Amino acid sequence: MALRRYSMFAVAREALRFHAGWERAWQSPAPKKRYDVVIVGAGGHGLATAYYLGKVHGITNVAVIEKGWLGGGNTGRNTTIIRSNYLQDPSAAIYEKARSLYEDLSQDLNYNVMFSPRGLLMLAQSEHEMRGYKRTVYANNLQGVETRWITPSEVKDLVPIVNIDGPRYPVLGALYQERGGTARHDAVAWGYARACSAMGMDIIQQCEVTGVRTANGKVQGVETTKGSIDCGKLAIVVAGHSSVLAEMAGFRLPIESMALQAWVSEPIKPCMDVVVMANLVHGYMSQSDKGEMVIGGGTDGFNNYTQRGSWHHVEETTRALIETFPIISRLKMLRQWGGIVDMTGDRSPILSKTPVENVFVNCGWGTGGFKSIPGSGWAMAELVAKGEPGPLAADFGLNRFKEGRFIDESVAAGVAH
Amino acid sequence: MLTLTCPYCGVTVEETELAPGGEAHLKRFGPGASDEDFEGYLFARKNPKGVHFERWRHAYGCGKWFLAARCTATLEVFGTYPAQTTEPPAELIAKINEKRPNWGGWK
Ligand SMILES: Cc1cc2nc3c(=O)[nH]c(=O)nc-3n(C[C@H](O)[C@H](O)[C@H](O)COP(=O)(O)OP(=O)(O)OC[C@H]3O[C@@H](n4cnc5c(N)ncnc54)[C@H](O)[C@@H]3O)c2cc1C
Ligand SMILES: [Zn+2]
Repeated sequence: MALRRYSMFAVAREALRFHAGWERAWQSPAPKKRYDVVIVGAGGHGLATAYYLGKVHGITNVAVIEKGWLGGGNTGRNTTIIRSNYLQDPSAAIYEKARSLYEDLSQDLNYNVMFSPRGLLMLAQSEHEMRGYKRTVYANNLQGVETRWITPSEVKDLVPIVNIDGPRYPVLGALYQERGGTARHDAVAWGYARACSAMGMDIIQQCEVTGVRTANGKVQGVETTKGSIDCGKLAIVVAGHSSVLAEMAGFRLPIESMALQAWVSEPIKPCMDVVVMANLVHGYMSQSDKGEMVIGGGTDGFNNYTQRGSWHHVEETTRALIETFPIISRLKMLRQWGGIVDMTGDRSPILSKTPVENVFVNCGWGTGGFKSIPGSGWAMAELVAKGEPGPLAADFGLNRFKEGRFIDESVAAGVAH
Repeated sequence: MLTLTCPYCGVTVEETELAPGGEAHLKRFGPGASDEDFEGYLFARKNPKGVHFERWRHAYGCGKWFLAARCTATLEVFGTYPAQTTEPPAELIAKINEKRPNWGGWK
């Protein structure tokens, strides 16, 4: 399908003809009998994998199969924080690759993903956190990730609504990433989907994968609610449902699925133009373009597939944030929702070959994989195309658990968004 | 909010009084086990969309560990039982068989 580009000229042209000329952003084809690569899951990671398979590796006989609607999983439910200030080298590499791809993703996709590098602060509210973040700054400087330590008065300059003096948790400084920020989550999924469709790939929605067909330890295809589809390679990119798909393919993953929630307040006038994370009290906040305060906290502790979280989290997180941001105490909270996140023990993702030949998994992004979508898709495409991980994915294989080679980000960030 | 009955105290409490402890009935492997068995014990999880057997601790009560059978797709609780056992009670299995004929067993 030839793509009609979005541009200033296109807007002007359509303005003159009652906007009747806009075409569908992507096709909705019936599945073909066979694809070189089938990707299960049309979230950001699945779609980005497809996009870079086509763009970087020239593989376009690809289907992305989605049981609901594209971007309807965690990709459309997150709080859109983008940062790359992780502690461990392999994390910094893949998250910084993603962050840097976000910088010109709108131009690359010809779709406005509204990347807003407004700056991101992680408040240090205890002695321990202060030392931890200074250590992260040093690590980031060695890794080539630009972050710096800022003092309480610099924090106050950037975030006038923050309460520096406590009462319980005074702000002792912050880890500041100036080029961190947010993007429009739906637009990321839609932009990739449109670009994939334009390359001739099939995005098949309302189609659930119900089985994985193998022979002699090698993948043959998948069973779906729209029939049987053959494939040369299979990429499982389904976040919270990774264990379910792995079970179909006959192996288990070191993953537990849990609910993570977010909520937004009524819209108010602009009052905070950076993203602030307060990990000690387990909450974070940013202001959306509509003016809502976007708030999130930690996950529930038990296995859950219902996309509904426990109420007490909303209460606890909001209560904690009120101490740090007293002005939100009178705000009405408007909406609350949940997503099912795929948690690994070391809080790092899995990009890996599997016990089944030609089956690859990309999962375990847990509470923090929106920021990594472009980098993850880039690395996953390389893994699927070549059958072996490239430098970005190499450390994130399933073998790291057996070898005890964890990429421990659980201590580095109490709230890992 | 999830509520569970502590089999020791007999009280039904909200989840804020409890601490979740992950998959139950894991078979332990230790020194002398193969790498595969040890890895499986430490990391591989069933994480089913459906009936899940799991550990809970009555953290702000008697402090003891107990076990529960719960559906992760609906949050329905089938029952709880003391942790001093290697397999779920027969009545509980019968109850789940009735409610979820295709559930596939607890192992
Ligand atoms: C409340 C919340 C807040 C978050 N905040 C942040 C944040 O601020 N910053 C950040 O970086 N990350 C954040 N995250 C995490 C981030 O949203 C996820 O890591 C990321 O979106 C995962 O993308 P994905 O493409 O892997 O999964 P998803 O977007 O969930 O896509 C997986 C898709 O697979 C489909 N699927 C599942 N099973 C099947 C099947 N059998 N057949 C066909 N399709 C199937 C699903 O329907 C789904 O659409 C947050 C998550 C939540 C829930
Ligand atoms: Zn008790």
